[in-house]
Amino acid sequence: MAEDNKILELKNVVYSFKTYGGEVKAVRDVSFDLREGEVLGIVGESGCGKSVTAQCILRLNPEPPGFFEGGEILYKGEDILKMDNKAIRNIRGGEIGFVFQDPMTSLNPTMKVGKQIMEVFHGREGVFKQEAKEKAMEIMKLVGISDTEKRFNQYPHELSGGMKQRIMIAIALVSRPSVIICDEPTTSLDVTIEAQILELLLELKEKLGTSIIMITHDLGVIAKVCDRVVVMYGGKVVEKGTAREIYYETSHPYTSGLMHSIARLETARGDKLQPIEGTPPDLFSPPVGCPFAARCDYCMDVCNQYPPEEYKLSDEHMTRCWLQHENAPDTEFRRRKGEAK
Amino acid sequence: MTKYVIKRVIAAILTLWALVTIVFFLVRLMPGEPFTNPKLTPQVIENMTKYYGFDKPLIVQYFHYLGNLLHGDFGFSMKYTNKTVNYIIGQTFPFSADLGIRALCLAISFGLILGILAARKRGTKIDFFCVIVAIIGTSIPDFIMGALLQYFFGIKWGLLPVAQYKGIEYTILPATALAFYTLASVSRIMRASMLEVTTQDYIKTARSKGLTEARITVRHQIRNAIMPVMTILGPTVASVLTGTFVIESIFAIPGMGKYYVESVNNNDYSMILGMTLFYGIFLVTANLIVDILYGVADPRVRIGKR
Amino acid sequence: MENLSKEMFVIKGKNIEKMETISRPSLSFWQDAWRRFRKNKAAFAGMCILLAYILLAIFAPMLSKYGFSTMDATNQHAAPSLEHWFGTDATGRDQWVRTWMGARVSLSIGLFAATINMCVGAVIGGLCGYYGGKLDMIMMRIVDILYGIPSLIITILVMLVLGKGVAPLIVAMCVVGWIGTCRFVRGEVYRLKEQDFVMAAKVLGVSDFVIIIKHIIPNIVGMLVTNLCLAIPGAIFQEAFLSYIGLGIAPPRCSWGILAKEGIAYLRVHPHEVAIPAAVICTTMLALNLLGDGLRDAVDPKLRGTE
Repeated sequence: MAEDNKILELKNVVYSFKTYGGEVKAVRDVSFDLREGEVLGIVGESGCGKSVTAQCILRLNPEPPGFFEGGEILYKGEDILKMDNKAIRNIRGGEIGFVFQDPMTSLNPTMKVGKQIMEVFHGREGVFKQEAKEKAMEIMKLVGISDTEKRFNQYPHELSGGMKQRIMIAIALVSRPSVIICDEPTTSLDVTIEAQILELLLELKEKLGTSIIMITHDLGVIAKVCDRVVVMYGGKVVEKGTAREIYYETSHPYTSGLMHSIARLETARGDKLQPIEGTPPDLFSPPVGCPFAARCDYCMDVCNQYPPEEYKLSDEHMTRCWLQHENAPDTEFRRRKGEAK
Repeated sequence: MTKYVIKRVIAAILTLWALVTIVFFLVRLMPGEPFTNPKLTPQVIENMTKYYGFDKPLIVQYFHYLGNLLHGDFGFSMKYTNKTVNYIIGQTFPFSADLGIRALCLAISFGLILGILAARKRGTKIDFFCVIVAIIGTSIPDFIMGALLQYFFGIKWGLLPVAQYKGIEYTILPATALAFYTLASVSRIMRASMLEVTTQDYIKTARSKGLTEARITVRHQIRNAIMPVMTILGPTVASVLTGTFVIESIFAIPGMGKYYVESVNNNDYSMILGMTLFYGIFLVTANLIVDILYGVADPRVRIGKR
Repeated sequence: MENLSKEMFVIKGKNIEKMETISRPSLSFWQDAWRRFRKNKAAFAGMCILLAYILLAIFAPMLSKYGFSTMDATNQHAAPSLEHWFGTDATGRDQWVRTWMGARVSLSIGLFAATINMCVGAVIGGLCGYYGGKLDMIMMRIVDILYGIPSLIITILVMLVLGKGVAPLIVAMCVVGWIGTCRFVRGEVYRLKEQDFVMAAKVLGVSDFVIIIKHIIPNIVGMLVTNLCLAIPGAIFQEAFLSYIGLGIAPPRCSWGILAKEGIAYLRVHPHEVAIPAAVICTTMLALNLLGDGLRDAVDPKLRGTE
């Protein structure tokens, strides 16, 4: 793929929170990019920093206590971190939409849903009230809400969970942004509704040409919708590549662990799932070496002492694991060009 | 909404009925003395027999009494034969209402402003100041507040009139004294509620829409944070109203509260009863109005789901 | 990175124990609450002030050479001096003794009224909430109706029937005072009994009695104590108010409300006569409010484990 259609690019972003207990390093040197018209998945378990990373892009994390320690976030070549409040407000809602995890709590309970969609246009240039209302109605139809006149004047508690998430998506899409970020959009929904919402997102992507960042802990969702995948662990990107590479040429023990810990139809009865034992590292004092070292079956001395280097395995495929080092023993993960396996 | 209003009205009517019934039986329980006092003039005794119907059976008395109330007749004075409770209420209630409304407006507006300011500037000196005002405010009984204000602003510095109620400058001290406690509690609740709302997900949604901070604060934060304040409005009206008792006697305002205290000190039982009943009915009605307002403000209540 | 020797690339496998060791020391609920309470200087100061006042209320009148109702016509409206620490009132009674005699009345009314209200409310509310059913429904209807009546109105009416005095005051405050606690406790118990840990206990065949003692009460006792602490100033307020309007304590006994009322009459000429009781009332309120707030923060489960 060409390099110039990058719409959003994160370069070495470091983001921390100041708390009473000390500094929590939530995002540590994260880089990835999003291209026009693609779906990028960010996957990882709870607390790995994926939500914080996503919210960084729109600077939605409460500041303070959160603050950027370094890096750049380029949207169409412009650094979001250097923008003034007005410019950021234009990006939020206007250029990049955001769909939150829990539709139950993410809508204002005392405002009619139609109003909440229309509100996106508030304070933007050149959109009048009537026009805003028309656009809101239109987007409501587009996200599959029937009987829009009635729904428009309802309050969130009168709607079902799936319906609320549709409203959230409508809010994110109403101004036709070039990017939408979906932060676990289906986690709190029923499985059947989940499928509908994912279908809807893909359909809208096709219709509107929107790029999507899909954050999830569910590899099933990734397989279904994503073109490329970023795997995060302990605030770092441990592996990234095309969905195909991540699935079939897994090159990081953590990614492999994630895949072994989900149930599939093919999993025979009696076969045990293999959970990743232990818990993610304490980000108050992140480990010096590889964050996954303590839970890794393949942990070596070097892993505890030095952070792994980036190994580029193909145009897209990158991993941070010492197993790719030339001195490392041969394992199923070894994929360096020109070397064994 | 209609269903909600009807429900509240029925509850209020039941409450009123309970109140008047309790009063009826309490009167019958009263030690004989106040009503068989030999000092009473024949005129008073005649009034009393007429109003309370002591000579009839209990059940007749009860309906007679309910009838009196339905006609809006709250009784008469044992002390001054020519005065009825209705007359006194008519004479004095406007003063109390005026003072009470001023105090309520003062308390709610400044309470909300302080609370919002404190929450917006959390952890700064402004916040600290607001919190201190709130703690001190809820620690000073209104009669002490009244005395303090009267002493410093009225007597010592002579800035404002000490007593009476003849114009706008006369209302400042009593209204402030009356408002202070309520102001403090409103600001406390508003601050806590604002901070609670700030962490809600929908505030993040609002920010993700690219709204200005001002709009987020007004349309999303304050709109939701004000709900808990509405729930204490009923008790607030009650506390302001009872506050008028002491504030009016301190500032010599010819309101109902001052008259009430005088009646207590004169042992004018029938007067106290009539006025208490009037206060009770007034407060139940005020609560009903607050409840309905709450329903208007919070769609979740209105629909009946919570 | 050239110095990475081959020996460092030997697979050792995972080491779970290493990362599980960083967990914090575990504290019981009360240890945690006490730790947080102690850190709250304002609440601690409130507790100290309160203890000091209680001690003064007990001992000051005993140790003084003046009686609380001994009049001295030769020494009226005296300013505070070595002889009379808080001065004297209109009939020459020693204000120091009267202030602390008043403290006995005011504090005990506050404590008794609030405690009785809490106990009655907690028992009724707890039973209704736990057992539910018809009894609960009927009780709640009654409680809802009574709740609508301003409690002060009832208190005044009961005081009219019972006459002035400490005991009538407490009774009058308790007639409807328990309703607030009752509603609160019922709501909490209702919520708790639906929770999984109570369900789990039930499934295991634990008796109702044990569930109430072991699971329900520990979960609401913190909030109850806090409510109690915040209800005491309310009761003291009410006593002062009733005494002020002439419905509280009968003279010559005194309470802080009466002292303030008598003082306000001489506000223009002898401001210290109102200043002293006012200061004592306000500091008590302040102390109780700070203590109550501190307790509330200390027992708030949401704040557990935070600094």
